Amino acid sequence: MANDLGVSTTPAATPRLGSLKRLWPYIRPYRGLVLLTLFGALGATLVQIAIPLITQDVIDGPIADRDKSGLIPLGLLALAFGVAEALLFFLRRWAMTKSSLAMERDLRDHIYGHLLGLPVAFHDRWSSGQLLSRATSDVSSIRRFVGFSAIFLVVNIVSCIVIMVLLIGIYWPLGIFIAVSAIPLVVTGMRFERRYNLVSRQVQDQQGEIATDVEESVLGIRIIKALGRRGLVFGRFDSRAVQLQRLELGKVKLLAFIWAIFELQPQLVLAGVLVGGAFAVAGGAMTIGTLVSFIALFTVMVWPILSIGWLLASTLEAGTAADRIFELLDAQPTIVDTPGVRERRIGAGRLRLEAVGFGYPDAATPVLHDVDLEIAPGETIALVGATGSGKTTLTALIPRLYDVTAGRITIDGVDIRDLPVSQLRSQVATAFEDATLFSMSARENLTLGRPDATDDEVAEAIEVAQASFVHDLPWGLDTRLGEQGMSLSGGQRQRLALARAVLGRPTVLVLDDPLSALDVHTESLVEEALSRVLVRTTALVVAHRPSTVLLADRVALLEGGTITHIGRHSDLLATVPAYRSILSAESDGDGASQGRPRGDREPSSGGRQMQVEGVRR
Amino acid sequence: MTTQGDWRGIATEDVDDVSSQAGIFLRARSRRLLGELISPHRRQVRWLLLVIIVQNLAWLAGPWLVGLGIDNALPALMDDASVGPLIWIGSAMLVAAGLDAILRYAFLRRTGQIGQEMLLTLRRKVFSHVQRLPLAFHEHYTSGRVISRLTSDVDALNELLDEGLDGLLTALFSIMTIGIVLIVLDPPLGLVTMLAFPLLILLGRWFQTNSARAYRRTRETVAMVIVQFVESLGGIRAVQAFRREPRDTEIFRTLNEDNRKAQDRAFWLMSIFVPGVQLIGNLVTVGVLMYGAIRVMDGDMKLGVLAAFLLYVRRFFDPMSDVAMFYNSYQSAVAALEKLSGVLEEESSVPPARNPQPMRQAHGDVRFEGVEFGYAERTDASRERTLAGVNSDPIVLPDLDLHIPPGQTVALVGATGAGKSTLARLAGRFYDPRAGIVSLDGVDLRRLSDEDLRRAVVMVTQESFLFSGSVADNIGFGRPEASRSEIEHAARVIGADEFIQKLPEGYDTDVRKRGGRLSAGQRQLVSFARAFLADPAVLILDEATSSLDIPSERLVQRALRTILADRTAIIIAHRLSTVEIADRVLVMESGRLIEDGSPYDLLAGSGRFADLHTAWRDSLA
Repeated sequence: MANDLGVSTTPAATPRLGSLKRLWPYIRPYRGLVLLTLFGALGATLVQIAIPLITQDVIDGPIADRDKSGLIPLGLLALAFGVAEALLFFLRRWAMTKSSLAMERDLRDHIYGHLLGLPVAFHDRWSSGQLLSRATSDVSSIRRFVGFSAIFLVVNIVSCIVIMVLLIGIYWPLGIFIAVSAIPLVVTGMRFERRYNLVSRQVQDQQGEIATDVEESVLGIRIIKALGRRGLVFGRFDSRAVQLQRLELGKVKLLAFIWAIFELQPQLVLAGVLVGGAFAVAGGAMTIGTLVSFIALFTVMVWPILSIGWLLASTLEAGTAADRIFELLDAQPTIVDTPGVRERRIGAGRLRLEAVGFGYPDAATPVLHDVDLEIAPGETIALVGATGSGKTTLTALIPRLYDVTAGRITIDGVDIRDLPVSQLRSQVATAFEDATLFSMSARENLTLGRPDATDDEVAEAIEVAQASFVHDLPWGLDTRLGEQGMSLSGGQRQRLALARAVLGRPTVLVLDDPLSALDVHTESLVEEALSRVLVRTTALVVAHRPSTVLLADRVALLEGGTITHIGRHSDLLATVPAYRSILSAESDGDGASQGRPRGDREPSSGGRQMQVEGVRR
Repeated sequence: MTTQGDWRGIATEDVDDVSSQAGIFLRARSRRLLGELISPHRRQVRWLLLVIIVQNLAWLAGPWLVGLGIDNALPALMDDASVGPLIWIGSAMLVAAGLDAILRYAFLRRTGQIGQEMLLTLRRKVFSHVQRLPLAFHEHYTSGRVISRLTSDVDALNELLDEGLDGLLTALFSIMTIGIVLIVLDPPLGLVTMLAFPLLILLGRWFQTNSARAYRRTRETVAMVIVQFVESLGGIRAVQAFRREPRDTEIFRTLNEDNRKAQDRAFWLMSIFVPGVQLIGNLVTVGVLMYGAIRVMDGDMKLGVLAAFLLYVRRFFDPMSDVAMFYNSYQSAVAALEKLSGVLEEESSVPPARNPQPMRQAHGDVRFEGVEFGYAERTDASRERTLAGVNSDPIVLPDLDLHIPPGQTVALVGATGAGKSTLARLAGRFYDPRAGIVSLDGVDLRRLSDEDLRRAVVMVTQESFLFSGSVADNIGFGRPEASRSEIEHAARVIGADEFIQKLPEGYDTDVRKRGGRLSAGQRQLVSFARAFLADPAVLILDEATSSLDIPSERLVQRALRTILADRTAIIIAHRLSTVEIADRVLVMESGRLIEDGSPYDLLAGSGRFADLHTAWRDSLA
């Protein structure tokens, strides 16, 4: 069972190469190309092995016999092999390009799509830097593994074995000597694996932290500048960057060691081969030509051996990258359609909250409990409560950005969890308190939820939200907005978000303090137009101001995590002191904060002063 | 209905394919940056060159000793049964191998260290430069692009240093020394080998021209992928609530596919270049084998020499592919450095003071004299226009004169777009005026150091961004050296203490990504406490209470009476309740001050403020 937050993850496994196996479904569609890559690489290597053998034939044949005409066929053969090697090389690179880039693209698409489907609760916890570094640099290191390291690990091991067999065939005592000498390498490689895994994981995590730091430092640039905290922010970034450098240096140290070992071994073996071979030739067990080609063949093996150190490192890195990626992919989207769910006809849209509760898993007390509320079709309810009383949380429950942890929410009697998520969200439109605009045209920003909206509908929404300023932008509705385009003021953004929500007449409209950034004049224009929209929809409006409350037919007062009063604004104002204190227009000055008597309700949500004022009135 | 292409709309700034002229300029710029990064390590690099030379000699000694063994030690063993020469050569090989490995280790560690230091320098440089750039830059250069500069572009350089630098030095040196050895060993055969060079140079030229363009394109496409990724996941609530997932997935697919295509092109060039180098090498090897065989048969050369020569030829061409690989990484890194150097070259339109006038303690006397201002559109086209003396940007403040004496609280009132926020931003020097002077205590803001200015003037806006970390961290951002009790005191004064105490871990509660754990109102309270803790002489509040509910706002107002008693304040608020704590009200309309007086005087009159106030009263029901 998934936890309440809508996120479930498998416990973090220790970094194992096992997760590389899980990449198979992404590689599968390109297995033909991968095989071709392998074929190209193996072929090229075999050809490489053949060239020294031709050398031997030249030395033992034509040179020994002083037969110049015998050179020609061998020369042509060598030429053919040389060309073939280059062709196979090209084939390998071509097939590798096609397969690994396509796989990289698929994997990245999949991660992105998966992340979009994960609930908001998941995104609350994961910094975007960590997500980004997994979707970019980790995916790239897997691409390098699939296109290169995996192939060459196979090829190099195969060619080592082939050459070993050939060497044993040429002169077995020396061949066996070479085989045995590989044992120390294997042992070092295995010991290296564990330490390298650890440090490469740390490096990759730290890169994610840095990306997060960069993102925050740019998004928070106004605050940083306003307070002149460049030094502080730089210091924070710098300490992470220095830490990354330290980790990278640890990696460098390990790599330098393993590379030195892998470079040392073949040279030592070469010395042994020469001495042993010399004795063998002296003893008549092999010819000089055989010794020369034996040594030449062995030098072909040097690169595969050398590269194993590097390939091992790259494979381990891909292993940690895969671990990090599967940490994301293993998070299950929990806000999904329940099996067997189908679209249902939604009528006028009667919204009911029945004993609804919600709590974040890390908090001891729930944010909301026992919330009961019914909104009739065409009715507008204002949700009023002190700062932090859970109003915004409540609004997020209706489009199922979070799932309730107790009770249920129904629309026309249907539990919203029994509706397809997409149908629910097409019926419920929301304007959030922080208006998010994307780097897209103004039109696309407006029609976010209804790409098929007609021009008339767009015009109507703009009119309701008093957002006609979009027509004055340099390219009108086609002007790019958001981070990469025109920057708009807070009030302008808010009006666009409102227009976006009312576009296409949703059945249920949820507005979270939709007019806070507007000036009084614009606010009254929007209110007038909005009230025409509200009569047609079921609406829940979070309100901080009396003027917004007046849009509503009834008001619900949220206190201490639950709704304590529902009624008409004027009634509540007259009878509920807590309500009066939250919405009273008078800022009745000083003195009230002294000698605060206890209110009648638990003083949890509102703040004590309000109740004091309520009592005084 | 939108089609595939037009979703992004039209912006003032777009990346075009650079002309060849610009391409040369860009490359020179990025090479300059690379040179700058390397130059502090010049001495070390020279040492490393020495190390690599010795290491290569040790590595090269191998084949030479083998040849020696076959030609001398072997006959000695066979003819005289003398083991001496063989033992001597065998132990020489052991020594060479040991030396090789040790030097290799030292070399890799040192280059790794230098590389990491270069990366650190680059990260620091770009990060602090971006931080120094004015808001005008940030409004157009999206966070996603900054992130892509500081992550994927820096990574490209990392890759170059990782696999490239050591490979290149080794390879170049091997090629050089082996080249010499080959010529010394047997000049005619050596010359045959050198035939490869003209071909290699031709191939390299072709690769260079094409890959520069290809890699530039990969940098651009990867930045677009990152921008889309960061933006849509940053706005995940809106994405999900408006069922945007399919469309975003489609857009991402397109961008991701663009990136794949760009990379495919670069990789394709590689798959011609590298095998091409290999082919040239193979042809030469065959030539050497044939010609060498003939020379041995003719008795012009010993068999051992040919054997050694063939071994060397192999080692001569193997590093050629390393050079090719390095060249490839280099092209990719240069493209990344082009982007990075572009950011680094971006000049601040709010440049730091050259000889800053020290100001330890400001009094808070703010003065605008003949200030003219308009937001410049940051396009290359407009830059050219500006250079040509034509300036068509709309003017927000035509000619503003204003004096705010120390300690005065001023409320700025007026319709949206009247220029209130602009005035506030100029007072905080987020922008510089086009004409005229903004001064603090008689000193032009442009002559103050950033540190002094920010200590004296603090601005709180309606967007209250919180950094990940605890509530206390976020309040402490106002004054990093503040103690815990000072932080809590600031929160108490503002009225934020109560909700903070109720959080699961009080002041130590993690506010989560972008303050997501707190409501908008709570975030505003935290940013108020933050500004209060900073204790500036001049406090600017731009719509800083818009998300507060009435009781919280009342608390803040009450606190403000105390806080503002001894400092200068500029307050912008649509809710005119703020005005009641002001000493003076300024009414703005299209960039001009049309009314100026105490709230009581203005209310008593029949001007714009009296109208606005009546409208506001009505809205309160």
